[in-house]
Amino acid sequence: MEKIKMDIQALDLFFGKKQVLKNIHLGIGAGKITALIGPSGCGKSTLLRSLNRMHDLHPDARLTGKIMLDDHNILHGNTNVVHLRRRVGMVFQKPNPFPMTVADNVAYGMKINGLHDKPEVRRRIEQCLRSSFLWEEVSGELDKSALDLSGGQQQRLCIARAIAVEPEIILYDEPCSALDPISTSKIEELILSLREKFTQVIVTHNMQQAQRVADYTAFMYLGEVIEFGETQQIFQSPRHELTKNYVAGHFG
Amino acid sequence: MNRRFFWDRFFEKALYGAAWVSVMTLAGIFLLLLYNGAQTFISIAPGDFFSFSRWNPAAYDQPTFGIGAMLVSTLLVTAGAMCITIPLGIGTAAFLSEMASPRLRNVLKPAVEMLAAVPSVVIGFLGIVLVAPALAAAFDLPNGLNALNGAILLGIMALPTMVSVTEDAIHAVPGHYKEASYALGANRWETLVHVTLPACKSGILAATMLALGRALGETMTVLMATGNATSLPHGIFDPVRTITATVAIEMGEVPFDTPHFFSLFACALVLFLITLAVNILAERMAARFRKKGQ
Repeated sequence: MEKIKMDIQALDLFFGKKQVLKNIHLGIGAGKITALIGPSGCGKSTLLRSLNRMHDLHPDARLTGKIMLDDHNILHGNTNVVHLRRRVGMVFQKPNPFPMTVADNVAYGMKINGLHDKPEVRRRIEQCLRSSFLWEEVSGELDKSALDLSGGQQQRLCIARAIAVEPEIILYDEPCSALDPISTSKIEELILSLREKFTQVIVTHNMQQAQRVADYTAFMYLGEVIEFGETQQIFQSPRHELTKNYVAGHFG
Repeated sequence: MNRRFFWDRFFEKALYGAAWVSVMTLAGIFLLLLYNGAQTFISIAPGDFFSFSRWNPAAYDQPTFGIGAMLVSTLLVTAGAMCITIPLGIGTAAFLSEMASPRLRNVLKPAVEMLAAVPSVVIGFLGIVLVAPALAAAFDLPNGLNALNGAILLGIMALPTMVSVTEDAIHAVPGHYKEASYALGANRWETLVHVTLPACKSGILAATMLALGRALGETMTVLMATGNATSLPHGIFDPVRTITATVAIEMGEVPFDTPHFFSLFACALVLFLITLAVNILAERMAARFRKKGQ
């Protein structure tokens, strides 16, 4: 594999006494799309949320092991979490634009990062909306509430909002599970267009989606990574019995 | 018909009646105020009543009935109270819901709510013996019984309403807004100011209106703590007499069915209309924020 952007080493995660992730080893390739698949409750979303330390909001969560982002272990106590989350953005399962205008949603991240130059903000709003294939649809409605957009448009707006802070990595937590097939295919197209520019990790319960977008796929089961490899290999010639049964649709 | 049917009907009617008691009471109060208040204007011209001429209804030769100074006093004390209650209330609510540990929250929240249980006469007492001397010393005044004293006390009295309604509103903000903000690299302060508080604007507005209603209608504390001067105040350090205090002081001693008697009803009517408007506004805001919260 090429350059590793994020290297997860011996990661364990506990909620209280319950162990949710067990000894995870995973390398996320720079500029690639990595899919995390597995049945409900296997820990794929939990693993994803470890990568930008969203578990910090959860007082019971305890992580051990290492997650190396470039050369820095983000689980180390001296990590600036606010800074980390600017480098590692996230798109959630349910589209969650802020109850503000379309433009303000995209501008939010820039503003908290100290960019107040209006023409520059305007220019970057347009650029981000273009990158997320939303510009044509909303260019006349930048001052409309984002909550009036359709679900698919809202999710693309959330992606625009995430790329506006120029992260290095974008995490997607089942980004299409609340969307119809047409909106889903637009999001997939968008994710593919952002390949190389960003390192992307997508959690999905949709195996076709993983095959359509991902370069690499990790299959998880009961908190462990069972098998990890190139997407084609995972789906065409899985080595592990569990992976074989899962991708064949025997359980899920 | 059998007995069960009879009792079912009986309770239906009884509960129906109970539900109407408060509505009828409200209507009755309004009509009473309107009927008596309107009679003021048989002997006093509306232009004289709604004027800044001195409130001196018991004068021997030429009684005057200007409500202007008292209205200004009421608004001055209330506005001052709001200047204290709004920032302090929002700050407390934000701290309780966003930053305090559950343990601290379980101590602080009941403590703030307990403040509502302190009788207003006790607050007024504190105003006289504690706050007024402190104000007099701090601002070098002959006497601390003034509008600022009343505003501070009312600001504290309105605080429980402000905090508890604001905290409910902040609590109703969907968690995914906060998550989205944190995921963009915002810290807790940025998330609170730019996402959480704007998302519950209408709830905060409702809390403000309810606190305002509380401050406007408060009587005993302002009567005790503001100095009760009927002249038009020129600033926050002047002693004032609010509409509520005037009615409370004079109603017990006024001869019935005199212009003075009726004019006190007119004062009460003005106050009633103001608080009614504030409460209706608050209800509307609260309804909007409940709808959004879903």
